[in-house]
Parts: sequence; C-alpha cells; structure tokens
Amino acid sequence: MVNSKKRRNLIYVLILMTFFAVITTFPYYWTFKTSVEVSANVYKFPPDLIPHPVTFRNYAVVWSQLGLVKFYLNSILLTVVGVLVNVFLAALAAYPLARFDFYGKKIVFYVMLLPLMLPFQGGLIVNYLTLKNMHLLNTYTGVILPLAVSAFGVFLFRQAYLGIPKDFEDAARIDGAGEFYIWFRIMTPLITPTISAFAILQAITWWDIFLWPLIVLSDSNKYPLAVALMYLNSTFQTNFKYTAAGMILASLPLIIAFIFMQRFFVRGLTAGGVKY
Amino acid sequence: MANNFHHRIKVKQTWIAYLFIVVPAIILGIFTYYPMIYGVVLSFFKYDFISPMKWVGVANYAKAFHSWQFWNAMKNSFLYLLVVPPLQLLAIVMALLVNRQMKGVNVFRTFYFIPVITSMTVVALSWDWIFTRRGVLNYVLMALHLIPQPIGWLTNPHIALFSIMFVTMWKGMGYYMMLYLAGLQGVPSTLIEAAKIDGASNSTIFWKITLPLLKPYVMFCSIISTIAALNVFTEIYVMTGGGPYHATETMGVLIYKKAFENLNFGYSSALAVILSVVLIIATMVNLKFFKEGGVQSYYG
Repeated sequence: MVNSKKRRNLIYVLILMTFFAVITTFPYYWTFKTSVEVSANVYKFPPDLIPHPVTFRNYAVVWSQLGLVKFYLNSILLTVVGVLVNVFLAALAAYPLARFDFYGKKIVFYVMLLPLMLPFQGGLIVNYLTLKNMHLLNTYTGVILPLAVSAFGVFLFRQAYLGIPKDFEDAARIDGAGEFYIWFRIMTPLITPTISAFAILQAITWWDIFLWPLIVLSDSNKYPLAVALMYLNSTFQTNFKYTAAGMILASLPLIIAFIFMQRFFVRGLTAGGVKY
Repeated sequence: MANNFHHRIKVKQTWIAYLFIVVPAIILGIFTYYPMIYGVVLSFFKYDFISPMKWVGVANYAKAFHSWQFWNAMKNSFLYLLVVPPLQLLAIVMALLVNRQMKGVNVFRTFYFIPVITSMTVVALSWDWIFTRRGVLNYVLMALHLIPQPIGWLTNPHIALFSIMFVTMWKGMGYYMMLYLAGLQGVPSTLIEAAKIDGASNSTIFWKITLPLLKPYVMFCSIISTIAALNVFTEIYVMTGGGPYHATETMGVLIYKKAFENLNFGYSSALAVILSVVLIIATMVNLKFFKEGGVQSYYG
C-alpha cells in the first residue's frame, strides 16, 4: 500500500521534473538545430524538428569569415581584466575593514556597502557623460572602471578576512613584514575559496555583459560577444544558421566550466543569499 | 599611558587603512556616488551634448507626468513587478523536486541552471525564433490542437509583454532554484524526522517547517527579482525593442531610448530619478515584509 503510493508520487515527480527540463533545454536544442542546418529558416512552416542533413560548416563561417573569433578574444580580454580588477579592488577595500582598528571605520564601511542597498538608475547616463569628459568612451577602461569596485565583493571578502585567526598576521608582523606584504602574501591566499567563488560570479557577469558595453563602445570591432551577436543578428538578418552557431559558441565556455566546476559556481551564486 | 599607546597604534593603523582604501574609494566616488548626486542635478536641466546645459526647473518632471509614453512605461514596469517576482516562488517547487537523493538528479539541476549562465542576448534571440508567428511554438501548439491559429507572441500588443516576462523568468528560475536548494539543504533533517514520527503529513511539514525556515531565502529572491523586474532591459531590447506600438516599453527601455537615441539626457535623468524612487520604495516594501538586505545590478 505505502509502497505503491510512494511509487505513484515518484512518477509524478519525474513527470514534473521532465516537464521543466524540456522547457529549459528546448531553446538550446532549437538553436543547435538551426546552427547545423544547410538552409536554416526559423520562419519555415511547418518547421523541421530534426535537422537533415547536418553540417558544421556554419561554425567555421561564423568563426573566421564573420569574425566571431575577434569578438571572442574581446570577451576573453574583458572577462580576465574585469575579474582581476574586481578581485584586487575588493580585497584592498575589504582588508582594513576586517583587520584594522582605525578612525572613520564605520563610515568607510557604510560608504563601501551602501551601493548594495541603493538601486540607483542614473548611473548609466552620468557615467556615460563622465567617461566622455575623461575621453574614455569607446575603450575597455571605460567599460570596466564604473564596475571596478563590487560592493558585494567587498562584503564577501570582509567576511572571509574576519574569519582568519589573529596569530597569522602577528607572526608575520614580528618577522618585520610590511602591511601590504602581509595582506598580499599571507592573508589573501588564505581566503582563496571566497575569491574563487566571487571570481566565477564576476566572470559570468563579464562574459554575458550587454547594456554597458553597448553604450560605451561605438566601434563594433570592440564589441564583446553578447553585443556582437545582437549586431550579427541584425546585420545578417536572414542567416539564422550563422547567428545560431555564434550563439552556441558564445554559450559553450560557461556551460563547460559549469559542468566541471559546479561546486564553485553554486557557492559563488548562493553566497549572497546565505550570508545575508 | 596605555590609552595613549592605543591611540598611537590606532593613528598608525588609520594611515595604513586609508592607503588600502583610497583607490577603491575614489572609483566608488566617481562612478557610484557622483552619479547619484549629478543624476538628480541633471534632471533639472535640458542637455543634449551639443548645446550647453540649460536650467529648466521641474519641466522634465512635468513633461514626464503629462506624457502618455511615460505612463505607458510605468504601467508596463508595474505589470512586470506584479507578475515576475511573485512567480519566482515557483522556483521553490523546482528546488523541492531536485532536493532528493536520486540517480541522475544532478543532470536535472544542471539543466535547470544552465539558462542562468547563458547571456541574455543568446536567450532572447533563441526565444525570438521560437516565438515567431511561423515558429515552432505555434506549430507545436497547433499540432496539439491547443490553439486554432498562430498567435503573435511578440507581435500582438496584448501578449508581447507577457511573452517577454516568460523569458525573464525562464532565465532567472535556475538561480532562484539554486538559492532555495541551498536553503532546503540547511533544513536539519532531524527536524523533519521528528515531525514525521509525530505523524505530521508532508504538506504540514512543508508549510509549518520547511517554508518558515526558507524565509530568508524567499526575502533575498524577492528583493533580487523585484530589482531585476524594474530594471528589465536586454530581453526587451533584443526581442521587440519596446514594440509593437510601445506595448513592451518599460521604464528601463524608455530611459535608454531617451538618453542614447534621442540624446535627451536631462529628461532621461528625470525618468531615472523617478524609477529610482520607485525602486527604493519597492525594496523598502520588501524589507518591511521580510526584514533584511539585497543586491543590485543595472549594467548587465
């Protein structure tokens, strides 16, 4: 009795799980299907549910002829530099908040963390004007600078630094090490798990970033992937197969990274919720 | 004596502390705090880049309040707010489904999560193709005899906004699911066992034990999804550009258009100030409702 009821419940659960899985995976299948067709047309009615014949030529075309490789390198550059800057500045700002007793600490704490609580919309417009005055429009510096300090990172790193026993820095201080040396060579390596979780979170943000580079960059050669795909799609409106191949190529790195480093991803993405 | 000693150490630490803080603080000052102030200032001016700034008082605000386009965008943003954040609770169901020891459950978690790490451009373009009038969604629904004729998912002004809301949720669900999953895994199993021994039914356990323990997570997801709903931009920009006939034009899209297409920076700033006020009120309502803090991102 109990067993058959249990089994019935399990079947319901499986049906529901599969239902959600179909909804979440179908767009990927559809994009992939479009990307391997010889004459892909998303307006074809009735549509071909299975591609026939299958070709991977579209990938080669979008990669070299349509220049996706260039946008790929742009995104890699933006992601690597963006993440390094985010980690470095968050570690700098968070360290004294966790380890020093200094005048004005409370105010600095609020100044660093208030952006977490204050959603302000004017940033796009004013930062655009500021960058124009600094002659940083159409540069990666201009894309990165306004997003360089992550209040969330400062918050996470401060928590992590707080957790290190005092003996570590005392021992180094007795040995005559300078404060920046202690920070960089002794304390920061001890918070590596937090850094990697935060770095992954930021890597996702930088890899997928759209609106801000769209505003700052005017030269389409400098576009990161997300902006470039939109640009490709509007330039080659009827060549769905190339855009589709580009979309798959753009999504693959994060999906592969996620499959292999699931634990870090989940830790990074859930860190905010757990600790608040 | 000892007091003086502590004071001297503290002074020395203060110097070092500010050496650490100076660079991040300057960047925050220029790109986070300055925009907050200057954005408000700009909203009282007419400024288009070419001619010099001109003081116009509250004219930009008056213009907004008399503009149908503004109220239309407000209406659309509020609709977003009313639909998307509450439906985010559905992620609790997904989390419950995958919160079990079962072979292959990790595959489902991965499936549900992948949209989170896919860029919104890719997501929006994919759904754009699926939603198109002669697209696969209409084909499947017609083949199943669920609809008699194709629906203009993105071309019918009464439907388009809801189609885009679906896309927003489709991408966000996995994130909320992961958060709820983390919450569920923090629920002590002894508590559940004890309740079972006392004869509590599964639904009683869920409503009386699990859900109350998930409350901090519900709050966090609620704040994040509220801010995301009011800031929504990319999916609309990619899929409809605000059309058809402004039917999907939200505040985020209107602010962008007024600033970067019409070069009307003063007016756009006024709109941004209004949206910020709405955002702050919405966040405060959330906080009041659940009591705690949140995260934002308006650049994505």
